[in-house]
Amino acid sequence: MSGKRSIGRFLRDNAVVLIFLALTVAAIKPSGYSLAYIGQEIITRLGRNSFLVLALLLPIFAGMGLNFGMTLGAMAGQVGLIFAVDWGVAGWRGLVFAVLIGVPISVFLGWVCGKVMNKAKGREMVTGYILAFFMDGVYQFFVLYMLGQAIPIRSSSILLSRGYGIRNTLNLQIVRQSLDTIVPLKIGPFMFPIVTFLVIAALCVFVVWFKKIKLGQDMRAVGNDIVVADAAGVPVERTRIIAIIISTVLACVGQVIFLQNMGTMATYSAHTQTGFFAVAAILVGGASVKRAGLPNVFIGVILLHALFVVSPMAGQRLFGSAMIGEYFRQFIGYGIIALSLVLYAWRARKEAAAARALQREGEAAPVNGGAA
Amino acid sequence: MPDLKKFITDFGWPRIIIFLFLIFLFMAAPFVNVRIDASIADVLNRFGQSAVLVLALVPMVQAGCGLNFGLPLGIIGGLIGATMSMQFGLVGFAGFFGAIALAAPFALAFGWGYGRLLNKVKGEEMTIAMYVGFASVMLMSIMWLILPYNSPKMVWGYAGKGLRTTISVEGYWSKILNDFLAVRIGKFFIFPTGLILFVCFCAFLMWLFLRTKTGTAMTAVGSNPDYARASGISVDKMRTISVMLSTLLGAVGIIVYEQSFGFIQLYDSPLFMGFPAVAALLIGGASVNKASMVNVLVGTILFQGLLTMTPSVINSLLQNDMSEVIRIMVSNGIILYALTRKTKVTK
Repeated sequence: MSGKRSIGRFLRDNAVVLIFLALTVAAIKPSGYSLAYIGQEIITRLGRNSFLVLALLLPIFAGMGLNFGMTLGAMAGQVGLIFAVDWGVAGWRGLVFAVLIGVPISVFLGWVCGKVMNKAKGREMVTGYILAFFMDGVYQFFVLYMLGQAIPIRSSSILLSRGYGIRNTLNLQIVRQSLDTIVPLKIGPFMFPIVTFLVIAALCVFVVWFKKIKLGQDMRAVGNDIVVADAAGVPVERTRIIAIIISTVLACVGQVIFLQNMGTMATYSAHTQTGFFAVAAILVGGASVKRAGLPNVFIGVILLHALFVVSPMAGQRLFGSAMIGEYFRQFIGYGIIALSLVLYAWRARKEAAAARALQREGEAAPVNGGAA
Repeated sequence: MPDLKKFITDFGWPRIIIFLFLIFLFMAAPFVNVRIDASIADVLNRFGQSAVLVLALVPMVQAGCGLNFGLPLGIIGGLIGATMSMQFGLVGFAGFFGAIALAAPFALAFGWGYGRLLNKVKGEEMTIAMYVGFASVMLMSIMWLILPYNSPKMVWGYAGKGLRTTISVEGYWSKILNDFLAVRIGKFFIFPTGLILFVCFCAFLMWLFLRTKTGTAMTAVGSNPDYARASGISVDKMRTISVMLSTLLGAVGIIVYEQSFGFIQLYDSPLFMGFPAVAALLIGGASVNKASMVNVLVGTILFQGLLTMTPSVINSLLQNDMSEVIRIMVSNGIILYALTRKTKVTK
């Protein structure tokens, strides 16, 4: 009986991961790709995306849900890259330069985001989402109108032909894959972006260490119960703001890593999908709005991107239309976010109901005992 | 004076600023050679075009389900109705009302399922609504490609199947409401009587509905669920009804929009159609859990006025195309403002 229940529980707790695993495995064959090709793609995408997904962890610890406001950090990273290209800082130095410009901006944006979210407790996610839209307006204003007009840009080649505003596509040739290829490593048929992996590993160590220090403990306390944490003397609002600031800064660095791997940047749309892909990945990895860990990040990136690699071709082969594969991919992305949010909210309500029932039983028991 | 102060706090600074900004735009218009009468006609037209979509948000706000970011679901229902009406070759009023009639069963069914889902996730409706909306738009994108539509006006010419991204309703029911009893004054001003009448009729029906027994019960559920339950109202049932109504109005709203706009837009175009509607409702003075007909009408006029006037006036004033940036900041800024007000979060 208990064995059966634990299997049932395992299936329920990991429903999202299992559904995804099944989908991906089913799509591998019809896509016609070799396992070696898929393996290389996954290694590349692990390096490209993991850092961004890791940026989501701290706000989840702090009970603020999935930080859709991470897009703000991504924008800061892009501004940094624009200046790196403009100043012609090549190679990994260009990336460091971009991060040095992006980090102060993202600290400020993270602070704003944290302030706003403190005013919207209980609906941080939707607020973060709308805030990202709002800041997209500010970003466009800055990049499309200020750069080249109020703020001088040296190289006219990255400007629009009208003389101000950055072009729609920015070529990142001078910093392209400069982090991935500092130390080239080839094992068998696979290329490993080893330095990128080391940076990601360092961040993982940071996350583990952070959970142990006072600030990390405070963050978890706030995440568990704001009222209790407040009573225990934890500065709730401040802790929440710090969680968002760190997340935004990490998103900034993550976006720089992402874009150096891609090699080109869609100036006005690269950041719009950042939050969506990162959130989808961590949820696919089995995280929930309240609970997430390092394994969720990596399982998620591998599964989500494996499906993204195979689905367009699978769509092409199965339905005779690559568009169907593309729409299917987006449907899966949005659908998985909806599904795991629903499953989580549903489970939380069920648990609350069960806890109430248990409490009622507990109250009833002594009365019965007294009568006997 | 205290009255004025109270009025300002009730109405909120952002709304006052937007209102003053709009007045400024109208005053500045003649100086940059923008015709006032043409602008007003434009604003009226766009008001009618999107008012029903804004109205669609009201039932869910009243029932405490928050802002319906899942409006695309209703829009999809409307798109199914509109395309089917064209497929069957319905023209004129038969085409327009046929589209609504064909859309209704889909919208109600979607709304029923969607409402049941939202009942299971109370307190998290808005984020989930957004993603349910997005996911269904993408699923329908696949459907538009594979459903057996074959009217040559609608499918891709060379393949003979799969619906086009934009379909013209010219010759079917283009501007059917706009031109009904339209009054032309001068060279540039046309009053779209039919459109405005239809919007007022819908708003009146909603006003009436909110005063019926069901409507009152729905509002009670929104303002105090515990009290509503204690007085014998089924909270879940009322919420489901509100979502179904919202989805149905979303379907009607997009059909009204299309007849005025002249095109049916398919695939990923409904993705972000919920956001302007939400912004309009909030500019009109609604909050996350309270909305009235006045909010809808005033909000739509203000928001559409802003959308019409900023491109023409600001662009000729500053000699560039900043209006898009202003639109993004204003519409999302007002949603942010509403989300960060201190209101009770229904759990």
